[in-house]
Amino acid sequence: MTHLLERLLGRLPIGWLQLTHNRARLYSAIAGVSFANVLVIVQLGIAGSMTTATLQQYAYFDADIMISAEDANSMTEGGNVARQRLFQALADPDITGGVSLFVSNLTWERPEGQVLLQVFGIDPNATDFLSPIMAHKVASLPLLNAAIIDRKTRGLDAEMLGGIRPHSPETFESSGKTITLVDSFLGGGGFGTDGYLFVSDQTFLNLFAKRISGAPDHILLQVARGADVGAVVSRLRKTIGDKTLRIRSYAEARAQDLAYQNTQRPTGLIFGFGVVIGILVGIVIVYQVLSTDVAAHLREYATFKAMGYGHGFFLGIVLEEAMILAIFGFAPGVIVASGLLSILNAKTGLPVAMTGETAIMVFVGTLAACALSGAIATRRLAAADPADLF
Amino acid sequence: MSGAGENAIVAKGLNHWFGTGEARKQAIFDVNLSFRRGSLTVLMGPSGSGKTTFLTLIGCLRDVMDGSVRMLGHELNGATNATNEALRRRSGFIFQAHNLHESLSAIQNVMMGLQVHGRGLDKRQSREAAAHMLGLVGLADRVDYLPGNLSGGQKQRVAVARALVGNPEVVFADEPTAALDRTSGMNVVQMLKRLGAERGTTTIMVTHDGRILELADRIITLEDGHVVRESDGVP
Repeated sequence: MTHLLERLLGRLPIGWLQLTHNRARLYSAIAGVSFANVLVIVQLGIAGSMTTATLQQYAYFDADIMISAEDANSMTEGGNVARQRLFQALADPDITGGVSLFVSNLTWERPEGQVLLQVFGIDPNATDFLSPIMAHKVASLPLLNAAIIDRKTRGLDAEMLGGIRPHSPETFESSGKTITLVDSFLGGGGFGTDGYLFVSDQTFLNLFAKRISGAPDHILLQVARGADVGAVVSRLRKTIGDKTLRIRSYAEARAQDLAYQNTQRPTGLIFGFGVVIGILVGIVIVYQVLSTDVAAHLREYATFKAMGYGHGFFLGIVLEEAMILAIFGFAPGVIVASGLLSILNAKTGLPVAMTGETAIMVFVGTLAACALSGAIATRRLAAADPADLF
Repeated sequence: MSGAGENAIVAKGLNHWFGTGEARKQAIFDVNLSFRRGSLTVLMGPSGSGKTTFLTLIGCLRDVMDGSVRMLGHELNGATNATNEALRRRSGFIFQAHNLHESLSAIQNVMMGLQVHGRGLDKRQSREAAAHMLGLVGLADRVDYLPGNLSGGQKQRVAVARALVGNPEVVFADEPTAALDRTSGMNVVQMLKRLGAERGTTTIMVTHDGRILELADRIITLEDGHVVRESDGVP
């Protein structure tokens, strides 16, 4: 390693030699940087689960345009949309089809406790509006009160849910209605509910007696191949002319929902704050490690100053140490953080995970934080006065 | 060599003090001294006489407050950091406490004395030059030892090798023989004397070691910040 660094740096790798000279201090420094990595990765994992959970709902459907109520900041919030808007939209030459989407929450009372399910009601024949997996599953939904349940629903036995098939269904009751679970899919609960449930629009209206077929939560539309979605959206806004509606491309609706979750909802703000705190704590830890190291070698640095070495040389040593700590601290940090996120995922059912993207981002961030901390730590070098050596 | 005259260092009207106001204490009073190239000068005087302060002033380790110090043709009063660093690179320092880098081996410590010059020596050449210098101070068999595994005298000899490996034009030494036995001490001073004769290296040394005085070209005695005696050879 020493020879490799010497070739890379074109000088003696003093930072490396300094770090490895005192193994106990090296290991504690690596542990400090690893801890900072764990902190940031776990916070990012939790914050990322918000994104995953939000986007997951949109991934179940396949649409180009979504019409929602003005106050529908997310898939589950806001008022209803008159079904009449669907027919108006279908009059547009570039609209090839549309479907009503109903969304509501349903409580499954169990002896072990309540399970809150987010229910999507959609015409089971409108398979073009569903993701390929869901399109395949909804074949069994036309039966009244049949449902497909999320296998990762919190509070339910995943093994039991996984065993549900049309020929081996499970039933439960909610609000006096018996629901027959005929199949399952791999979802993963969000922050608002424990899991998802797919039913036909007719079953939905049967389960939620106050809801009417003429007032869905959203209208999903598809446009002709090659049509400009933006242009169609603009045209629909004009032809429908209802200012109380949000007519957006499906991608725009998804992005706006995500932005709303991250910046307007308390959970998003708290998670974002957690990431910032994690990064700050990480920087402080690395700074403390490097600063202590500089202080421990002040006399040696003063000697180098007396020999004629300039500030750039010292900055180089401290940055060398910072980079070594960043690299060596990253691997254990990633391993521990992955383990913690896996435990968190198993315990909560939330889609918390460390993606490759997150790992790269944290690594680059760690290098930057270490470099910044190292640059700040070199300020302590001003205290290394070569005149004190005599 | 700078070619800036026959004196390596000239101090004129040099004053220096520590603290301000009531706490101000003057350490150097109107010192006027010059140091001829290639000479070996010994600074003597009791503790607190200002020897070390004077050494740090003419060695660019401390800012000159009042008066003038010209080192290798450069004025130190008001000199920039870059000038000070450049002049330090042309100097060699031997500290009483040797100040070796604990995580570097003996040879790596000596190589640091070469590396600062950036003379384009490759690793092999640097190592050879450092090993040669360690051989000259009698440490050929200790090149890869860490300072923690060397005796006080051996550390001091590594510090001497580090100071001299870059062929400095001026050597500043503070009690360089204090930790050495008579033979080693005399070897070091004779080496400095030889460098003076062969390369024109100027040596200014603070010492209380009477054994060295017979090799000195000049002996300067300081007391309470004043030069009280100057003599050639043994006083």
